[in-house]
Amino acid sequence: MIISIGREFGSGGHEIAEMLAEHFSIKLYDKSLLQDIAQEKQIDGKELERYDEKPRNKFLTRSLYGYSQSMEENLANMQFEFIKKRAEKGESFVVVGRCAETILKNQPALVSIFVLGDWESKIDRVVRLYHLTREEAESFINRQDSKRKHYHNYYCKGKWGDSRNYDIAVNSSKLGEKLTADLLAEYILQRQQHFS
Amino acid sequence: MAQIMAVIIFLAMFLLIITEKLERHIVTLLCGLLTLVLVFGIGMRSMSAIVNTLNLKEIFTTGFWYVSGEASENSSGINWATIIFIAGMMVMVEGMERAGFFRWLCMRIAKLVHYKTISIFITFMIMSGILSMFIDSITVILFLAAVTVELAQLLKFNPVPMILSEIFCANLGGSATMCGDPPNIIIGTSLGYSFADFITNTGMMAGVSLILSILYFYLVYRKELSAGAVGIDTSAFPEPKEAIRDKKKFIISCVIFLCAVVMLVTHAQTGLTVAYIGLFIALVTLLTAWSDAWSLLKRLDYKTLLFFIGLFVVVGGLEQTGTLEVIANFIGQISGGNVKLMIAIIIWGSAIASAFIDNIPFAATMIPVIKSLAVTQGIDLSVLAWTLSMGTDIGGSATPIGASANVIGTAVAAKEGYPIGWGRYCRVMAPATIMVILITMIFIFLRYL
Repeated sequence: MIISIGREFGSGGHEIAEMLAEHFSIKLYDKSLLQDIAQEKQIDGKELERYDEKPRNKFLTRSLYGYSQSMEENLANMQFEFIKKRAEKGESFVVVGRCAETILKNQPALVSIFVLGDWESKIDRVVRLYHLTREEAESFINRQDSKRKHYHNYYCKGKWGDSRNYDIAVNSSKLGEKLTADLLAEYILQRQQHFS
Repeated sequence: MAQIMAVIIFLAMFLLIITEKLERHIVTLLCGLLTLVLVFGIGMRSMSAIVNTLNLKEIFTTGFWYVSGEASENSSGINWATIIFIAGMMVMVEGMERAGFFRWLCMRIAKLVHYKTISIFITFMIMSGILSMFIDSITVILFLAAVTVELAQLLKFNPVPMILSEIFCANLGGSATMCGDPPNIIIGTSLGYSFADFITNTGMMAGVSLILSILYFYLVYRKELSAGAVGIDTSAFPEPKEAIRDKKKFIISCVIFLCAVVMLVTHAQTGLTVAYIGLFIALVTLLTAWSDAWSLLKRLDYKTLLFFIGLFVVVGGLEQTGTLEVIANFIGQISGGNVKLMIAIIIWGSAIASAFIDNIPFAATMIPVIKSLAVTQGIDLSVLAWTLSMGTDIGGSATPIGASANVIGTAVAAKEGYPIGWGRYCRVMAPATIMVILITMIFIFLRYL
């Protein structure tokens, strides 16, 4: 079983991913993936964090003969390779972001999910979790979503958040994170039964 | 009208190359086609401009392959000698690469210095500079950077300082010879200079600069590199001979490489042109590796060759419309006939431009400019040629995007998980570039003026 979760910032998508990983007792790949890669390559995982899930700066970097100067792009490719290898080995996992719905598209065991949320609910959540003012939260959400969108759309043909790219797109604001996770778990189970 | 169109096409070409929306060879070919149709066809209504720029007749002349006496100048249109030479060297380098030559050389040197980090650091800088005198810096850095990362992981040191130093020395080595860097090949073939002309002029400047650069990088990085782990057992390290994939092919590729070096060094005496040498080396490589000949040809980087063809046509548009003379006159005017000031403008101008834009189109554009300056201002053309060569070759080292070797070196590091951002790169490389440009300028002032 492979579950990919794309998410809007503030929608609680990451929390839902954690709940699903716990529910099915499978590994969760999010930022933690960087540590696995760092260990494999004997490099500093902390240094990689600042390049995670960011689009390539086309103005400041060049690519030549298939080699790209952009650390963001190289890190993205390392992560794509990593999750592809894990999937090919038959490992079950939940992966947050990282274009997984496109990268693992050919995996029959993939269930791709996109979690979105109402604007007001997202602001409330971000204000609560990050201790920001409403204005700060609004601009923070916009910035993060813009980064995710550019990152995703740079590597994938399908657009970020376009429901046609995912098996299921769900608004977490309607039921809250817990009930949304339950709903998705039920959907995944049904898919598994259908698949087997 | 034709002049304006030529300038617009030229600027559009630069912008499109920078944005990377299209591959750069497609950009130059499209812009070349537009130059032929809009500038020469509609703007100038001149068939002879098209014929001159395509320059195909040149290939069928004896002087293209063999020169008795002084080589002639030819900067108009497509520089087929450059293209044939680069294609020939590409085939040779591919053959060497397949035989495992570069990896063997790197591992052999590392073993010879007993895997001591500082010794590897210094020998790899020298090797980078020397190899780049004859082989394109992209190939040199591709292998050096990959082996540096491998050694860094084995010897537990940070490979970034070493990779940056290698990049700088590769660009410096490239400036020393006529075949080291594409701008030099274009300058040499366009203005009729030989390998010996380059080595005794830019080679001298590069040699002095290399010694000072090694000292500079040593002083900057010695602490960081000395901090590596000690007491590592090197007995289990990969043996250099393991890098050789086929012993027979390895020996043949070494012999061909030596032949190429000898032919290049002596081409002024033998009269063989670089086009002849390129074609000869390619044919010998293909004949000696007959079973692999087709795959060697398939691996030929035709995109770069097409990039050059399109580029020469676009620059031909600027040349035929007299745009470059306007630039030359402008430089002449602002320098007020002061040769030192003119040299300073050319060297710093080309260095700054090459730090941010591709130095190949820049050099190709500047050749007619310096020719015009030499005529109108009465300056020795060779002095301007060495100035342009050093400015474009060295200036590219200042930023991560300034030269192909920088892009490849930093990209190999990034691929292995060692990010090199603009800050980290420029902090060390920009001062080194300024230092070498200053040394070069003083050298030119003292030796030629």
